[in-house]
Order: sequence, then C-alpha cells, then structure tokens
Amino acid sequence: MKQEIFEIVSNKKIAENIYEMVLSGDTAEITKPGQFINIKLEGFFLRRPISVCDFNENTITIIYKVVGNGTEFMAELSSGDKLDVLVGLGNGFDTTKSGDCPVLIGGGVGVPPMYNLCKELVNEGKEVSVILGFNTKKEIFYEEKFKSLGAKVYVTTADGTYGTKGFVTDVLKDLEYSYFYTCGPLPMFKAIESIVKTSGQYSFEERMGCGFGACMGCSCKTKYKNIRICKDGPVLEREVIVW
Amino acid sequence: MVDLKVNLCGLPLDNPIIPASGTFGFGYEFAELYDINCLGTFSFKGTTKEARFGNPTPRIAETPNGMINAVGLQNPGVEKVISEELPKLKQCFNKKVMANVSGFSIEDYAYTCEKLDKEEQVGWLEVNVSCPNVHGGGMSFGTSPEMAAEVTKAVKAVTTKPVIIKLSPNVTNIAEIAVACENAGADGISLINTLLGMRIDLKTKKPVIANKMGGFSGSAILPVALRCVYQVYEAVKIPIVGMGGVSSAEDVIEMMLAGATAVQIGAANLINPYVCRDIIKNLPTVMQKYRINSLKDIIGGAH
Repeated sequence: MKQEIFEIVSNKKIAENIYEMVLSGDTAEITKPGQFINIKLEGFFLRRPISVCDFNENTITIIYKVVGNGTEFMAELSSGDKLDVLVGLGNGFDTTKSGDCPVLIGGGVGVPPMYNLCKELVNEGKEVSVILGFNTKKEIFYEEKFKSLGAKVYVTTADGTYGTKGFVTDVLKDLEYSYFYTCGPLPMFKAIESIVKTSGQYSFEERMGCGFGACMGCSCKTKYKNIRICKDGPVLEREVIVW
Repeated sequence: MVDLKVNLCGLPLDNPIIPASGTFGFGYEFAELYDINCLGTFSFKGTTKEARFGNPTPRIAETPNGMINAVGLQNPGVEKVISEELPKLKQCFNKKVMANVSGFSIEDYAYTCEKLDKEEQVGWLEVNVSCPNVHGGGMSFGTSPEMAAEVTKAVKAVTTKPVIIKLSPNVTNIAEIAVACENAGADGISLINTLLGMRIDLKTKKPVIANKMGGFSGSAILPVALRCVYQVYEAVKIPIVGMGGVSSAEDVIEMMLAGATAVQIGAANLINPYVCRDIIKNLPTVMQKYRINSLKDIIGGAH
C-alpha cells in the first residue's frame, strides 16, 4: 500500500447514477485485479473505498454509484482536481485457479472489478464468460467493453427491460464453466452459492474504517479464522466462507 | 535544537507521540509503511484474557469530523498476544510498548496484566476501564470512582511496571475518578476514551452500527478531550497521557499545555496512516513558531 496524489483525467456519467472516473498517478502498488483504492474527500472524515475497474502503468479507472453524500461529492469533481488516494489495498483475485473457461458474475456496482479480471484472464488465454446483472436497462454499463475484450457476455435485468429477464443465476444455471469469480450484493451471492457447480471466489463489500487492516472495523468470520475484509479480503475463496 | 523528549512514569520517551490502542493493531501493519521506531511508543490493540471476535458488523459510521466505532475489543487473547503478536512486533519495534488491557471482571484485569507485566517488551500497562462497546464490562469499571479504584488496586498488586488507567469521558466528574485511581496506586492516567455516540441511517431508519451505539472519536472530540485533561491535571499529581481528536503537531502542543505528558493519536491513523510520523517531523517547526524549546517545559502550561 502507498499513499499517492492522483489527478482526475475524466469523471463522467455512464449510466443511471453510475459514474466512471479515470485517475492518473503512480499505480505500481496495484498487483492484482480485484484490489481497491481508498480515497480522501475534502470535508469527509473517512476515506471512500472503491474497487479498481481497470489500470495501467499510470492510470486507474474506477466506477462508482452515487448513493450518499460522499459519492455525490465525487460526482461533482472535474478533470484536473487532485485526490489523496491509498493505492494497492486488498488481496485481489487469484487467476491461477480459473481453469480454461471461467465465468465472471458481476451484479450492479459489483461489475467494475470484473473488468480488469476479465482482461487478465483473456490475456492468459482463457475462454471467459461474463454475466452482468442489473435492475433495469438504464443502469447497464460496460456490456460493449467486456465484449471487446473477447468475452462471451450475458446481461440480465430484474425487470426484463434488457437481456434475460431475471437474475444472474437464471443464466448461470445453464452455463458450463471451470471456475467462477463474482462481486455483487449479498443476496446475489447467496443465490449463486445455492446453484454453483465449481470452486470460485467471492469479493465482499463491508463498511470500513481504515481500509488497510488497522481498525478491525470490517472483520468477518471464516471457517478457519477471523479475517479483515479490507486486508485479508475482499476476495474470499468459496471453501472458507461461512454463509 | 528543540527537545522533544519527555518522561512517562519513569521511562524516557524520545517524543510524546503514541498511537492509541485500537488504531495501530500490533504495529506491524504500520511497520510496512514506515519505521515505527520513530514513535515515542505505541499502545497495542486492547487485550483481554480470552480471545474475542467482537461485535457484529457494520462496526463503523462516519460523523462530521469524526467517526463512530463499535469493534468490541476484538483480539486473539493474552496467551496469543504473548506467543504470536509480541514476537512479530519484536522484528520491527525495538522500544518498550504500552500494553492495553481490558476485562470483564476485576480478576480478568489482574490476570491479563500480570501476564503482560512479565514481558520484557512491555514498558507500561494501560488499563482500559472505559470501553463503551462491550456489555457487562469495560466502561462499567470506569464510571464509578470505587470500581476504578478496585481495578487499579488489583492490577497494582500483581504487577511491577507503571500502571496507567484509561478513563472514559462518559461520566459526570472525570477528575473524581482520576483521583480515586491515583489514591489506589495508579502511576498515570490516560484520557479520553471515546464518547458514546450513534448515527441513524435515513434510508433504513435504523442505527448505522449493528451494536446501535459506539465510540465517537476524531477531530470533533478534541475540545472535550482538552477540557477533561485540563480538569484531571488540576486534580492529580501523576502524569497524564492525553488523547482525543489529536491530528496535528499543533493539537499535540495544545494537549500538553492542557496537562498531558504524552499524547496519543487514534482515529487520525486510520485516515492518514503516516500521521504519527508526520507529526513527529512537524513538531520542531511548530515548536519554533511558538518559541518552545523543550516539550517537557510546556506540560500543564495553560494552568
């Protein structure tokens, strides 16, 4: 982990209440897809932890949903603004276990960390399927971006306004895959857990204090030990999770 | 050259900066970020007789200029702290550490303190009679002068190292409790623990924190902390470790003027993990600005 000053390159709305922000700065601390950054915002005491959607040597892309005062403030920021960011937090996804044809399942704002993971897996020569679950058509983002990576993309909407009507599990149940990776809300995780056929990795969300393992604010029990979502997670292997 | 050195209960500190318990783990997370030997010392994660998972999550809420936590003394228990955490700490910290202890009975406190007192790495015992986040213990020992004195006596009877009692601000008369601890043999007083607070989520219309209430800390509580330290300084002769909302070199000086011999930094570590190192770096410049040559000369200077 490192504290760095990043400059906003762009900050734009890409779907209903969903924004994409590109930040430029030193990204050397990021080592795996599925890690997150923790952003200090002027006037707010706690930092905002947000997963990395994509990164290269000198930029980070994040996608966030406006849900409260902090993210409302973020949506107002513009290019050229500077942000104090802790970079390289969390364990991230382990791609070595994916097998030949992994499936990636993202629900709502759980979609972003799937993007860099998809890129990584495609680069490793894997045949990747992606299921993107949204509530409604207006909230959909990144469908085309996943397609251009070369993944097979399925979209579901709860209200049936686009793609398959229903939930990610309505697609997942008929799919063949070697392994799974997922990020999204807890009810989606539970639905996946009830039908999934292979090993896999879940990326959890929790209210955090520090984001780097100091405060024990985001502790969670696993089958073997107590862990901190921010430092020992946010990605947990299916086998260790206590539901 | 300005002098940052102070003496806390007979043990010298290179500077008065001490990361507060619960915001610094057992040190090694921060040792990955900077050389923590620059600190005066630090107070490690509150340790109890048995291992504790703590409270359900969410445990954290934000407030204007602060935060609320209800972690609930999560720790591996004193045996594992001694067998696992202290050896790991030895790899990255060559100074004496402050051992922070909590309990659910007077026997608990005595048991845990007696064990930690025997550890060569431990310099001081900081006895937390003020945790607002546990039921049937913690703060209930620190809200009456008699109970606080009982804990102090029990711990003093089984230990040799300086015993510092950490007090709660959630009381009517904090000075009275400090005096009771002093009379019972305490070597120092540390204050303030967090203020009991809460937040309610407008969307769910329920408390944000699973435990409903939690300990309020951060810059917002600095004036309350200064007032408590000032009052306790007037009432006792033993040294005071001041804390509550401190996040800059200026705050440290203010806390020392109120009466603190050493100063702990808590919530600020969670926002800026380098804050203690930065404060130590900034102190000489800020001291020069206010024409302070030696920090020990300003302790209680506001009285």
